[in-house]
Amino acid sequence: MSYFRAESLSLHFGGLKAVDAVSFAVEKGEILSIIGPNGAGKSSIFNLISRIYRPTSGRIFFEDQDITEQPPHDIARLGIARTFQNIELFENATVLSNLLVGRHRHSTTQLWQELLFLPGVRADEKVHRRRVEQVIEFLDLEPYRDKLISGLPYGVRKVIELARALCSEPKLILLDEPSSGLNVEETDDMSFWIRDLKSELGVTVLMVEHDMSLVNRVSDRVIALNYGRVLAMGSPAEVQEHPDVVAAYLGA
Amino acid sequence: MRFLFKTDYEDDIRLFPHSGYYVSYGLLLAVLLIAPYVLSSYLMSQLVFVCIYATVGVALLILTGFTGQASLGHAAFLAIGAYTAAYLQKYGVPFPVYFLAAGLLTGLIGALVGFPALRLQGIYLVIATISFAFIVEEILARWESVTNGNEGMRIKAVSLFGVAVSRDGPTFYFLCLAVLVLTIVGTLNLLRSPTGRAFVAIRDSETAARSMGVNVALYKVKSFAISAAITGFAGVLFAHKLSFISPEMFTLQLSIEFIIVILIGGTFSLHGAVLGAIFIVMIDPFLTYLKDDMPGIIAGIAATFGAGTQAAANVQSKVAAFASLNGLKGAIYGIIIVLFVLFEPLGLYGRWLKIKLFFQLFPLYKRATFKRQKIYVKSERNR
Repeated sequence: MSYFRAESLSLHFGGLKAVDAVSFAVEKGEILSIIGPNGAGKSSIFNLISRIYRPTSGRIFFEDQDITEQPPHDIARLGIARTFQNIELFENATVLSNLLVGRHRHSTTQLWQELLFLPGVRADEKVHRRRVEQVIEFLDLEPYRDKLISGLPYGVRKVIELARALCSEPKLILLDEPSSGLNVEETDDMSFWIRDLKSELGVTVLMVEHDMSLVNRVSDRVIALNYGRVLAMGSPAEVQEHPDVVAAYLGA
Repeated sequence: MRFLFKTDYEDDIRLFPHSGYYVSYGLLLAVLLIAPYVLSSYLMSQLVFVCIYATVGVALLILTGFTGQASLGHAAFLAIGAYTAAYLQKYGVPFPVYFLAAGLLTGLIGALVGFPALRLQGIYLVIATISFAFIVEEILARWESVTNGNEGMRIKAVSLFGVAVSRDGPTFYFLCLAVLVLTIVGTLNLLRSPTGRAFVAIRDSETAARSMGVNVALYKVKSFAISAAITGFAGVLFAHKLSFISPEMFTLQLSIEFIIVILIGGTFSLHGAVLGAIFIVMIDPFLTYLKDDMPGIIAGIAATFGAGTQAAANVQSKVAAFASLNGLKGAIYGIIIVLFVLFEPLGLYGRWLKIKLFFQLFPLYKRATFKRQKIYVKSERNR
């Protein structure tokens, strides 16, 4: 049984088939990249998994559990975290509170306890804070702890989004174009971090990416999509040499 | 300028980041405790209203400032709290019981209002809360067996441990102050725990909040309920302070006054609620003063610049007629809101922070420090 599995997943907007009967599986501990030209349906697959969209048909399984009908906030509770292509951070909050929101799925305190800030809440907060600090250290975010997001440059925000996803201690992380808008050095850093995610934290990674050099460096397997359909699946080299993939990118 | 060296996670959690806060808040508390024995009875009465308005301001900040859900229906929540108190008092229920009951009932109704609000955003939510306020106002006027209709209800003085507490005495003021302080402390506690962070997350990006495991619907309803409950508590004190309540006290204008409290005070910090409350309570006597004295002053100026007695009297009566126009107060409130939104979007507390930073950094202060920066534009936002 696979760790994560999508079975003939479809998303139709009227007559447009954004995702058309896509099936794939992710093994525990691997880095799987989804590539494809613009509009191929890559981000739509992510939005289906995190339940921003409801699939027209098909099922999604995670750890042998059918999660197709789960409400969106339960997806995170199951241990699937994600980042967004266009950065969805909490703009008017500090980096620290952004990362602490990432800990939300681990919070157990009740409202009345929080109103009184009972010792249990305080102890919980310290645990959250310690976990957040570990992520801050992992991603070198020490200079930004108390800064507001709205004043930070794009590259840093991108890392903070990854950090927020990591704070939830996910089992599976969905990275939507982790290198978009980053310069060469930042992309290098990102590729190291993605590999460390796998080797040090044991997180399974599902990633959408355009930058082929990054895909080649980090991926174990690659899926190529076009017009919502799977063109090819396999190792990075295999997929890039696949005639359909070449045709999709360069024209027949 | 003071630099904080954090050596413990506790440093990020504590309410007062350094010892200076203990001094300044200690002094403030001392002043507030001495106040009833120093100030005139008129100013004391105003101070009680400041406490009540600030409590409502904090409630509105939780909903609007931190959860990002606008409401023009808080006068209705205040009314529900006030009427619950008046009704229960009639049947001999003791103060602590009906105080709590009023808060709980208002919180429950707030949660019910929160449910339809789940599907509404921005201006539509404002419209929905306004209609809720009108419905409540209408019910208060028509449900005569309970609310006594437009004739209103009397409410007797608070009785604490068998002793009647005069609404003008220091004990009532301390009661209002205690409610305000407890509200502020509770809210601060909430803001430094998961619920408060979930509120802020919902305000800034619902999609991201959802993908981090925040049950957006549940927390919106929670925010409505908490905000309404606090307003209900304030409503009980409001009723006791006025000793008489009727439906026309809880109109849209009152809801707008509460919005002014947080807009003028500043929507990003609880300080804003208190500063805004001081502003709104103090502007009323100021406007009355202008209304009474302005015509005479302007006529005097006209006379000094050579206008005849007849002309000066003419000016005086014209200005007086203008000053007593209906709806002038509403217009002035409107102008104040517009000016603040345009020129001081961070409110009075934002201005205070700017002044403080100016002196801390003197002579290096840059005006751009507080300018909002939009580094990039969001495209295709998921809702």
